[in-house]
Amino acid sequence: MDLIKKMYKTKYIAYLAVFALAIAFPYISPNRYYLTVVTLGFIYAIAVYGLNLIVGYLGQLSLAQAGFFGLGAYTSGLLSLKLGLSFWLSLPIAAVATTTVALLVGLISFRTRGHYFVILTLCIGVIIHLVIEKWDSLTGGVRGLIGVPIPSSIGPIEFKSLESQYYLVLAFLILTIFVMSRIVSSLVGRTFKSIRNSEELAATLGINVMKSKLLAFGIAAFFTGIAGALFSSYIRFLGPEIAATHLTFEFLLFLLIGGQATIAGPLVGTLLASGITESLQFMQEYRMVVFGALLIVIVKFFPGGLVGATKSLKAKLEKRVNQRKKSGTNLPSKGESHAAKNRGFN
Amino acid sequence: MDLLIQQVVNGFTLGSIYCLVALGLTLIYGIMEVPNFAHGHLYMVGGYVTFFMMTLYGINYWVSGLIAGIVLAVLGILLERIVFNPMRNSPSTNKFIAAVGAMMFIEAVARVLWGSDFRSIPAIYDNVVMIGGVRLTEQRLIIIAGAVILMVALYLFLKHTLIGSTIEAMAQNRDGASLVGIDVNRVAMLTFAVASLLASAAASLSGPIFLVYPSMGALIIMKVFVIIVIGGMGSIPGAVLGSFILGMTESLGATYISSNYKDVIAFAILVLILSIKPSGLFAKGGH
Repeated sequence: MDLIKKMYKTKYIAYLAVFALAIAFPYISPNRYYLTVVTLGFIYAIAVYGLNLIVGYLGQLSLAQAGFFGLGAYTSGLLSLKLGLSFWLSLPIAAVATTTVALLVGLISFRTRGHYFVILTLCIGVIIHLVIEKWDSLTGGVRGLIGVPIPSSIGPIEFKSLESQYYLVLAFLILTIFVMSRIVSSLVGRTFKSIRNSEELAATLGINVMKSKLLAFGIAAFFTGIAGALFSSYIRFLGPEIAATHLTFEFLLFLLIGGQATIAGPLVGTLLASGITESLQFMQEYRMVVFGALLIVIVKFFPGGLVGATKSLKAKLEKRVNQRKKSGTNLPSKGESHAAKNRGFN
Repeated sequence: MDLLIQQVVNGFTLGSIYCLVALGLTLIYGIMEVPNFAHGHLYMVGGYVTFFMMTLYGINYWVSGLIAGIVLAVLGILLERIVFNPMRNSPSTNKFIAAVGAMMFIEAVARVLWGSDFRSIPAIYDNVVMIGGVRLTEQRLIIIAGAVILMVALYLFLKHTLIGSTIEAMAQNRDGASLVGIDVNRVAMLTFAVASLLASAAASLSGPIFLVYPSMGALIIMKVFVIIVIGGMGSIPGAVLGSFILGMTESLGATYISSNYKDVIAFAILVLILSIKPSGLFAKGGH
């Protein structure tokens, strides 16, 4: 038991260290450019957490996520730009609107399975993108929407500076991670995982598969909508390309680099991939050459992503240590439970 | 009335192009049971190879198309060997993601090598012919005729040659096929070669009318997905029918409904069909 306690302790210390780093970042960041990059990374990470719930935990490859992101961004942007609503109203409305659309989409698409589901969600994503692009009178078409207002201040707290916006996004990110980790460790989360492992088995156990899938889809869209709304008030310019399938593939890439079906994965993957992207700015053209090939390598050799690979490495090491210590001390084999978590999905 | 006939002919042209790409995708789906996301990008590379053969080396249009077909067949085999063969036993979601990776890779390479400009394969057959009051460029006739010839050739290849029938055998029953001594690896490579060749032919034929650019693959692949879903995944007659249904709807829809939303029409049809019949129109049994 001692070992487990110790491990939890180091885990909490690690969490605290990461948290402290996140809080201190605006002060230790060498320039404001990094701050912008990280803030944007956090916004994307929120959307990737949504994708993680669908792809990682539910095991359904939905390619409509950028569509939902765009929907959230445009709903919030239009509400604050055309109706003058405050950010604090337009954000929840955008999240709810995105969720509503997603539930309708889910009702149709979850009747299909396998490849049909993937292609159907892809097409729905494309439809959302095309409608945003073509509905000129409302969305400004390819010219986009310019000058979305920044979040209005709450009492004395203003959101004019980069730092304050960073903290705002960080707060939403922490909220997202907290809610997601609660969900996946709850009974509902285990329901999702059971559907991932076998739909038939889950149904036999009395799980309402359709309802659970819709629930996961709705939650994912809710957070994706929030991410979109944050994006609109942070970047303050919206173009139809934020709803393009291209962005869905980027989200997928972020998720796979970090590690699907893990809680740290989406954040790690998003920060790492967008960080690399920014530092490789001078070779922007080659970016997708590298990432495209990387995606294939990851999915073949490391389906658990970076977090998954670290976990299985750790599990292996622990197993070896345990075996060496095997002189009567009855240590619990942590290795096995990690390995089980780490299978990836199928 | 003339406008209607004109649009019907245009629909046929569009349908012919879709058909060549869709047939390849269907063949691959039959063998690998994975929708090959990168297939549209092979079509794009085919267009570029034809373009450069003609403009850089001054090679004749037909020979350029042939060279492009050969180059693409080799590329298709490489794709099968490097990406899809190693993923054979992976979960289908992972195969799908690998295909997405291949797609991103090919498009990025195309951008790096050739830039993002729109290019046009030099038109040599742009005389206008009048057939029963309908004005047609020769190129449109060539597209339709070329597609029909290739379809017939494919049919003969699959049904009347031993090597072609191995593809069908494997699509019908993988285990059964290997039991009777069919080399699964060889058939997989052959299928990719044939499919890529068809995609390349589609690009060579359509290049003088539609343009050649790096993201041309992304749009067509999604439409072709719509087609094979309409046609029931893996069904060859379904793919042919689906192509012409889509080409026609797009062409007529652009004229009579809204040219602005013409690309939406294709995807809206798919959503409509799958909401009514979740397994596709002509499904031959679910996967």
